[in-house]
Amino acid sequence: MSNAAVNSDQAAAEGEHATLMRVLGPVHVWALGVGIVLVGEFMGWNFSVGKGGAFGSLIACWIIGLLYTCVAMIDSEVTSSIAATGGQYTQAKHISGPLMAFNVGLYLVMAYTMLEAADALVVGDLLVVVAEQFGHVGLDPKPFVVLTIAALALLNYRGVFMTLSLNFVLTAMAFSTIVVLFIGVKPWNPGEILQHSELLTDLPYGWIGVVAALQFGMWFYLGIEGTCQAAEECRSAGRSIPLGTMTGIITLLIAASLTWFLGTGLLPWEYLGQAGVPLYDTARMVGNPTLQVLLFIGTILAAVASANGCINDASRAWFSMGRDRYLPSWFGAVHPRYRTPYRAIIFLVPVAISFAFTGLLDQVITFSILSGLMVYTFMGINMMKFRKMYPLGSIDRPFVYPFHPLPAFVLFLLCCSVYFATFLGYGASLISILAFYIAASIWFTTHRYKYVYRSAQFTVSWPRPKGF
Amino acid sequence: MSFWDIASYAAWGISGLILTFLLFDAFRVSKEYDEDLMMHSIDEGNQGGHGHE
Repeated sequence: MSNAAVNSDQAAAEGEHATLMRVLGPVHVWALGVGIVLVGEFMGWNFSVGKGGAFGSLIACWIIGLLYTCVAMIDSEVTSSIAATGGQYTQAKHISGPLMAFNVGLYLVMAYTMLEAADALVVGDLLVVVAEQFGHVGLDPKPFVVLTIAALALLNYRGVFMTLSLNFVLTAMAFSTIVVLFIGVKPWNPGEILQHSELLTDLPYGWIGVVAALQFGMWFYLGIEGTCQAAEECRSAGRSIPLGTMTGIITLLIAASLTWFLGTGLLPWEYLGQAGVPLYDTARMVGNPTLQVLLFIGTILAAVASANGCINDASRAWFSMGRDRYLPSWFGAVHPRYRTPYRAIIFLVPVAISFAFTGLLDQVITFSILSGLMVYTFMGINMMKFRKMYPLGSIDRPFVYPFHPLPAFVLFLLCCSVYFATFLGYGASLISILAFYIAASIWFTTHRYKYVYRSAQFTVSWPRPKGF
Repeated sequence: MSFWDIASYAAWGISGLILTFLLFDAFRVSKEYDEDLMMHSIDEGNQGGHGHE
């Protein structure tokens, strides 16, 4: 019998409550954040090239990189101070109140579940391509989509340590394929393989194209904020969350810049802007079969790692809301042996499969991105309130982010810019998503709020906030 | 029957087994352990909600 099983049996005998297991370190936090995101370097980011051209994509890459650096810094400070699962939901709960917390929790669950569905669809679609290359046309991707979701749900169900240790291996291998491709194109010898001087053009649609590219620049980094969901399962959240999150965003800034450099150096922007698997196509252009196979494997590994991390994060957000009775408290159960939020994990399996079976990858991803964007918008506001309510020195902060309030302010402004960019390309989607969340808020206020644990709003022993 | 047909059936089968195991284990745990033990609440001292589920 494992230590965990012995501990849970002892807890049962002593009449205590099962809790999530504190076993994670900075490496797991890094693997969770980067693992969710890295698939965005293998596909999706290149649509920013279609909107703004190669240079427009680079501008979007770095501007959105600034947005996510602000997100990572704010997350590091607030989550290391409030070391509870739920991430931005828990931040909103402590700082702003129940309605914002409910909305942010819902955004998180929708963003991660839809991203998980999209990742599983990618795995299915890639296997269809492999089957076609072996002469089998018309393979149905559905069984492989379901298998991906089911197998990863099982892994998450059995324990967080193995789940995120595996994610570290998958993510490190996927990242390595990008580095190997970078070395393979001989960047020290421009013109031999890389053709930047011929392929880079002026902005094809001017500066409005750059603005439109901002939405797709999010693919480079979407999901790094997921590191916060591990806070309650870290051995030392005050060390692991800031270290894992900040090294994660640094990794992604490097990966994003390398990816842009590779794609735009080998593919013309007109093709790159609409390619399905741009890094794989880049490897094909090199003409080296080993690199081609490597990048194909890297794409699958990145998609699996992303789906794995998404199951972890969506279930933690759902579990936290159940625990505080924002949702039925039945979801707030922890498996006595595996110490995971097992009911939340199981409940979200059919939800993810349903999203995946729609086959609408574009719409699913758009919903996921916009849900994430709403989380970031509230984060800027919450950070301003957090420092106002609890000035430096009033509470214990394992990590203090620099230059406050500039990052919170910049985050809010950049979020507004991305809303505008989204409205340009996906106005109908933006309005329908806002309508969905407004309807959910009305339901929460009129039907659910009466069940919420008031005391669960504040789960840390802080002094009364300034001004209250 | 080609390799890919067999792989498709195997994927359905393994998925079915996994999902059955998850449901079976969840049901078994719910029967075997007290609900109070599994309910994880950070602070249960002052439950201010006034509704009942």
